[in-house]
Amino acid sequence: MTTSTPTPTPTHATGAPVASVAPTGALAAGAPGGLHWAIPDAWTMTRRNLAHWVRQPAQVLIGLLFPVMTVLLFGYLFGGGMTLPGGGDYRAFLVPGMFAMAMLFGLETTFAAVSTDAARGVTDRFRSLPMAPSAVVTGRAVADMLYAAAGLAVMVGAGLAIGWRWEQGIGRALAAFGLLLLLRFALLWVGIFLALVVESPEMLVAIQILVWPLGFLSNAFAAPATMPGWLGTVAAWNPLSSTVAAGRALFGNPDGGGESWIAQHAVPMAVVWPLLIVAVFFPLSVRRYRRLGR
Amino acid sequence: MDATRPTVVAEGLCKRYGGKEALAGLDLTVPAGAVCAVLGPNGAGKTTAVRILATLLRPDGGRAEVAGFDVVRQGPEVRARIGLVGQQAAVDEILSGRQNLELFGRLSHLGARAAAHRADELLARFGLADTGAKAVKGYSGGMRRRLDLAAGLILAPVVLFLDEPTTGLDPRGRNEVWASIRELVGSGTTVVLTTQYLEEADRLADTICVIDAGRAIARGTPDELKNAIGGDRIAIVVREAADVAGAARVIERIASGPVEVDPDRRRLGAPVADRMAALTETVRALAEAGIETEDIALRRPTLDEVFFSLTANDGSKLWTPARPDREEAA
Repeated sequence: MTTSTPTPTPTHATGAPVASVAPTGALAAGAPGGLHWAIPDAWTMTRRNLAHWVRQPAQVLIGLLFPVMTVLLFGYLFGGGMTLPGGGDYRAFLVPGMFAMAMLFGLETTFAAVSTDAARGVTDRFRSLPMAPSAVVTGRAVADMLYAAAGLAVMVGAGLAIGWRWEQGIGRALAAFGLLLLLRFALLWVGIFLALVVESPEMLVAIQILVWPLGFLSNAFAAPATMPGWLGTVAAWNPLSSTVAAGRALFGNPDGGGESWIAQHAVPMAVVWPLLIVAVFFPLSVRRYRRLGR
Repeated sequence: MDATRPTVVAEGLCKRYGGKEALAGLDLTVPAGAVCAVLGPNGAGKTTAVRILATLLRPDGGRAEVAGFDVVRQGPEVRARIGLVGQQAAVDEILSGRQNLELFGRLSHLGARAAAHRADELLARFGLADTGAKAVKGYSGGMRRRLDLAAGLILAPVVLFLDEPTTGLDPRGRNEVWASIRELVGSGTTVVLTTQYLEEADRLADTICVIDAGRAIARGTPDELKNAIGGDRIAIVVREAADVAGAARVIERIASGPVEVDPDRRRLGAPVADRMAALTETVRALAEAGIETEDIALRRPTLDEVFFSLTANDGSKLWTPARPDREEAA
């Protein structure tokens, strides 16, 4: 079917053929948009996002160094005045919190990229191409996860430099990194969903305003035990807190105490929360993406 | 595919957003290789129509076929044969022009080498070879649109959809884009172009489909549309605003149709049957009435006048001028 359609060849005003590439012939290899294109197309989309980093090294550097700056700021500026319930070094307490914060801030990266594409019509361009439709999102996901992993590596370096250590072996440390990236993966779908809802990169400021309290209203910077009762409960039940607490447990860092059920079940909850977020926001994102066609 | 079959066929396309009817039974037929301008004011449904034909939007009713494939059931087949240039330059700002074209080429499943080769060809063709390595962020509006056009041509499409390709461009950018589109014409690519600029439709299109409130209200060649509202017109500008009414009474006797009056600009216009006789008669009659004029001219109607006379009438009545040699084989 694909081979039977004659494709006119556009020519220059001079009459020289311009399309020396036989485009429909290239497509004849398989149904356009077929499933077997899902992976190659996703890789092409991933490389597009990687090319962004190459072309904007300053932005990438700022993005990677901003959380490092926060670690230093909180570690040294406030760290001296902080006493942890249950004892322990504040900076060792802070670093796993900052890892999780970096994952949370990743939501803004996702939001900015997806909403810019949607607002500029680039998403529609992709949707008009014979590519696998899923690749638009999977390419984004792979690139964002790579960026998150790179960001985490930089943060680990900064943590080590200020005296943070994983105390319980590389295996448990890797498990903790896995949980952090799982959180980032879950937040990816929140970012995509929000971006498809508002379709306006200018709303990034609003997202930042939402993300900041979400990050601070957790156990990342201070132990919920030191907060007023209700606030401590909210902070402890913040999904971010479970990942942070699980990280502290797996790294063997001070955990700032915490007798609540949620604090006692940090590691399983650090799996449950992200899966719950995915279960809600993945279908919402897919539905929203499909609704672009309605 | 049957060679005589039109490349784009839309029958009774309907689309509503909430309670608002964007398309209310649009019919559109574009023969292979033709340039069809879909002309209408903002909100007429032009973009909705293009988005449905380009498989970006599902119609609520009716059917459409592009290059022989149904836009709803055979979306992937349609997408492999179309190029779309939307209202804004839908290109990646951070990447270079070349990277953009290579990206779209790869996503259209050209191999790496073919995509690179195609990108080079298109950059050269659209006068972007020198700036191909620079980030699109630094491009002018006209350059962006040309890159966007190039991106729409990655696959040497059977049908190219251009949705208001010059909206928001300065006159220089507009001329650049027009030149690029004209170059495509005659290459065999069928072009469907939406525009709210009558001049644009007049310059680029073989056939024009005038749409208003979601349906076609007229179609034909630019000349057919102009003839349809009554051939030549006489246009007068009087010197004194007080003379407008008097001049209108004079011209009424000479004109073959209703006299249009623009009192603010002291302007009068009317269709006339016999152009030279009408001109001399008008000059004589106005002089006799003691009305001074700044300008008297005979001219063909502009598409603006065609458009306004069509939309001012009952828009629901489909009006088609005679097309002896252009009857589309449906």
